[in-house]
Amino acid sequence: MLTLKNSLTHLGRYVQLMGRVVAQPDRMRMFYKQYVTEMFQLGYNSIGIVLIISFFIGAVICLQIKLNIQSPWMPRMVTGYTTREIMLLEFSSSIMCLILAGKVGSNIASELGTMRITQQIDALDIMGVNSANYLILPKIMGLMTIMPILVTFSVAAGILGAYATSFMGTTTVSELTEGFRYQFNQWFFWCGIIKAVVYAFIITSVSAYKGYTVEGGSVEVGKASTDAVVTSSILVLFADIFLTQLLT
Amino acid sequence: MIQLKHLYKSFGDKEVLKDINAMFDNGKVNLIIGQSGSGKTVLMKNVVGLLTPTSGSIFYDERDFCSLTKKERILLRREMGMIFQNAALFDSMTVLENVMFPLNMFSDSPYEDRVKRARFCLSRVNLDDADNKFPGEISGGMQKRVAIARAIALQPKYLFCDEPNSGLDPKTSIVIDELIHGITHEDNITTIVNTHDMNSVMGIGENITFICEGRAEWQGSNVEIMDADNKKLEDFIFASDILRQVKIAHDQEKKQKQ
Repeated sequence: MLTLKNSLTHLGRYVQLMGRVVAQPDRMRMFYKQYVTEMFQLGYNSIGIVLIISFFIGAVICLQIKLNIQSPWMPRMVTGYTTREIMLLEFSSSIMCLILAGKVGSNIASELGTMRITQQIDALDIMGVNSANYLILPKIMGLMTIMPILVTFSVAAGILGAYATSFMGTTTVSELTEGFRYQFNQWFFWCGIIKAVVYAFIITSVSAYKGYTVEGGSVEVGKASTDAVVTSSILVLFADIFLTQLLT
Repeated sequence: MIQLKHLYKSFGDKEVLKDINAMFDNGKVNLIIGQSGSGKTVLMKNVVGLLTPTSGSIFYDERDFCSLTKKERILLRREMGMIFQNAALFDSMTVLENVMFPLNMFSDSPYEDRVKRARFCLSRVNLDDADNKFPGEISGGMQKRVAIARAIALQPKYLFCDEPNSGLDPKTSIVIDELIHGITHEDNITTIVNTHDMNSVMGIGENITFICEGRAEWQGSNVEIMDADNKKLEDFIFASDILRQVKIAHDQEKKQKQ
């Protein structure tokens, strides 16, 4: 009962905060500046990790499919086909966002939490600035803008990783290419993009809520950072079920 | 002028501010003094609107802050400047960007004019060569001076300082006090300083409000404080040996004159 009350209290506060966040920015030039900065910090700085993880996961998926599914009764292109579908439908959108929830979520929560305990947010409020809007909206918009690009890079890196396994002699480039091209449904790519945009909103808004509402000191900031990652990861997984059912 | 009328603030069952009545004059440095935990910071947070009073009124030149609409409050806040205990500078911005922030946010003047105004504010606090430094790269005293420059960038009518001397050496504290005093008089600002630094009390306390256990116990100037007939105030002000000696000497001098 207490947990339910607590959850509803947090939900109410989250909705209230989002109400302040989605207001018209006080000064558009400041918003655009922050928006570009956040796209760079949250998105551009994540490209490296997205490429590395996607490349190796693409390669490993390809190897596992080859080892566990392929048999003399299966067409040889099935390895490429399955790798493509896994990368497009789940890995590059959902799993990649879960990984980013750890990196981006903790970054946002600790940044805003530190600003809260060092009174930087109070300073904004006293100046008459809508601090929630100024600090959080550019983060949400920034990640929602850059996430489709990250997903596209992830799919591309995964496919490159799968091609890389051909050098190990497990499968040939032509077999993989045939599989990647086989019955390609463009909608599946858009499904991944739509999912990623929704997850970007969940990760940034939940993490921002956790950081913005910190009370106390450095210990609470650390806790908020952990809570942000855990809560946004769970919500991404919940959203994955609904979106998968809805979109496919 | 800022006036507090019957101000109460409670957190749950705990009453922190009890029937505070005080007047903070225009063009003067108004000090709020009191022991740690007496309710000074809670009082200031109520005055600037970071907390909402349980009951009572706060008047900014006849405008009751508590009954203003959200929009009117935002407009009033643009007439305020605040210097926080830890300076609260934006650590992702340089010194110049920090001072320019309120100008970028609320001023329609061209970029060159905003830079000019920010540089003027920095030179006013004697910080001419720290434009491109980040808050983490400058000393505590310099951070406070940047905070003052940021607070005065929009030419506020009300300036609030929450323990501006905390963590500073006595010499730097005097510099900060002199800056606050100078700016208040030159720009005719209503300044409220929250402090328990006795040097500030004696140096710049033109209108002092003494808070004890959530009540406004005494109000007067730094001259009147020497003759104040209030036991709690005396215990607080003359707690150190040096100040007690000063008080004894003052009392003896007074007797001799009589």
